[in-house]
Amino acid sequence: MEKIRAVNVTKIFTSHPQRALTLLEQGLSKDEIFSQTGQAVGLVKVSFDVGEGEILVVMGLSGSGKSTLIRCINRLIEPTQGQIFIDGNDITSLDHRALLELRRRKFGMVFQHFALFPQRNIINNVEYGLEIQQMDKLFRRDKARQALKLVGLEGWEAAMPNQLSGGMQQRVGLARALAVDPDILLMDEAFSALDPLIRGDMQNELMSLQARMKKTILFITHDLDEALKIGNRVVLMKDGQVVQIGTPEEILTTPANDYVKRFVENVDKSKILTARSILTEINLFAYLEDQPRDILHKMQTNKVASLFVVKRDNTLLGIVLAEVTRQAVERGDKTIANITESQVPTVITTTPLIQLIRVLAKWPWPIPVVDKENKLQGMIVNQRVLKALTKGGE
Amino acid sequence: MENSSVSADKWHYLTDKLPLDKEIDRLIDFLTEHFAFLTKAISKYLETVIEISTQGLMSLPPWLVITIFAILAWRLAGRHVGIFTILGLGLLWNLRLWEPTMETLILVVVATIIAIIIGIPFGVWSALSPMAYRIIMPILDFMQTMPAFVYLIPAIPFFGLGAVSAMFATVIFAVPPAIRLTCLGIKQVPKELIEAADAFGSTRWQKLFKLQLPLAIPTIMAGINQTIMLALSMVVIAAMIGAGGLGSEVWKAIQRLEPGKGFEAGIAIVILAMILDRITQKIGKQNSPER
Repeated sequence: MEKIRAVNVTKIFTSHPQRALTLLEQGLSKDEIFSQTGQAVGLVKVSFDVGEGEILVVMGLSGSGKSTLIRCINRLIEPTQGQIFIDGNDITSLDHRALLELRRRKFGMVFQHFALFPQRNIINNVEYGLEIQQMDKLFRRDKARQALKLVGLEGWEAAMPNQLSGGMQQRVGLARALAVDPDILLMDEAFSALDPLIRGDMQNELMSLQARMKKTILFITHDLDEALKIGNRVVLMKDGQVVQIGTPEEILTTPANDYVKRFVENVDKSKILTARSILTEINLFAYLEDQPRDILHKMQTNKVASLFVVKRDNTLLGIVLAEVTRQAVERGDKTIANITESQVPTVITTTPLIQLIRVLAKWPWPIPVVDKENKLQGMIVNQRVLKALTKGGE
Repeated sequence: MENSSVSADKWHYLTDKLPLDKEIDRLIDFLTEHFAFLTKAISKYLETVIEISTQGLMSLPPWLVITIFAILAWRLAGRHVGIFTILGLGLLWNLRLWEPTMETLILVVVATIIAIIIGIPFGVWSALSPMAYRIIMPILDFMQTMPAFVYLIPAIPFFGLGAVSAMFATVIFAVPPAIRLTCLGIKQVPKELIEAADAFGSTRWQKLFKLQLPLAIPTIMAGINQTIMLALSMVVIAAMIGAGGLGSEVWKAIQRLEPGKGFEAGIAIVILAMILDRITQKIGKQNSPER
């Protein structure tokens, strides 16, 4: 079951949304509705879900509604229409008490500008969530220490927030969210205020923490590189609407429209694209029992300079090259056993493009793509790699 | 002829003086008649408190009181203020103004405490409820711009002549900054911090006591500081209805045209003001998180 499920969530910033809602139904744009009613449309029928243990990144520029969206999930902002399910329960109808209870048990939230309480020292900041749940003092101290250790800030318990650097403050923010042991982490532009280097570190650290903790994470960012780097899936938003939902690779390879296309143009694709999206299918093989003469004929008719040698069950054995095969035919060899080059570099479908480039730099022939059992899935050729890197850009 | 007199009759409501004074008098008479028993009781009670604490302070030898105050000032506000307290209070003792100074101090302290007790809850209320804000703020403007003398007149029927009436007027005059700055302090708490507290599931009271009030303390202290200063400025005025203390020394000097005596008492008020001001300011600064 999905951990979070948003269904047609709409937000209009007013206490009398009726007219704006009607206009919205008629298909008017955000700007038109604002000029007619003076009411700001935050979200328009946003639907998505987040699986348990998934990192879903909501990406959009400022004004796209992403911050409104994350606040609707724990009802810091009340959605005007639509439903939000947490663990299958509709939370839009909860009363105040039940809502507080839900926020305490299910959510941890991390903020763009850290939002640490300036009058409390670090350990008291981290304890806050447990303190308001009236947990036992020793217990919450213990939990808070564990959370600080998790983010690498042991020994800073007594410091005040203003004594810490931005990166450290956000670690405290993360520890404060983790201390309550929530199922769901809501991260609102959590790393946007940090220097690029620190930001990269924090991204890596979040991902390694996530590998251990398996929380469900809803992450907001305006940085597409960040979205593609840490997201299992990405929701792209514009003007309060969802433009595209997909894995980073899907967004890069099949952008839903020109808006997305323009966005992904400047992304460093080499780190996100994988062998899967650029592999070329193979329909010509050399089988071990084939004669060199037949193989040479195959190569010549199809104008290829090499063939992969496989068993009948598609297991990769190596590669034969046209030049060597010709010599074998001249020698009168009856098998290709001697001319099969078995020292072939292989990659798997999830190998990122950047590694493929490294292999290609040293290996002049196509690279075979194999699965776990060494069965041939396809191959990587030079041109496809170059094309993938330039696609979108002119 | 008849016609014109009728029409003059008709319009005299517009030209006649409005009976605002009579109406206010009637309102105050009404309130006195029905609530004076209550205010008189409060008056009795407060009078006792003032008397006992004054007697308590006066029963101690002045050098001991000066030492206690100096240590207090030193602990709360640093060495300089401590030394100033010794010299200042020593001077007042020497000028034979010890008793009126203590009377004034107690008047000011009790008035300030009452102003805080009233001011902070109203400040919190007006910060959290826009409705309350809209009602309370104009009343505060009214309270502050009305000449303080005017409060003295109705104070007498309610509380009788003496220190309590003076205190009533003082509190009305001095409570607005406590309310205003409490309200301001709470409104100044960054929205992001409120949001963080909400996101973790804080109740309204938890937010107030764990976040808003602690962060508002420096601003609230600034309000209390102002309250004290306003209370001190009321001391002379309050002397007109028999509040005693340094104010009545000034008042006597005015009536007898003795500028020397007047300045002595005036300087005493300044010294007291400076000590109280420095101490409360320092407390405010110590509590600010220095973001």
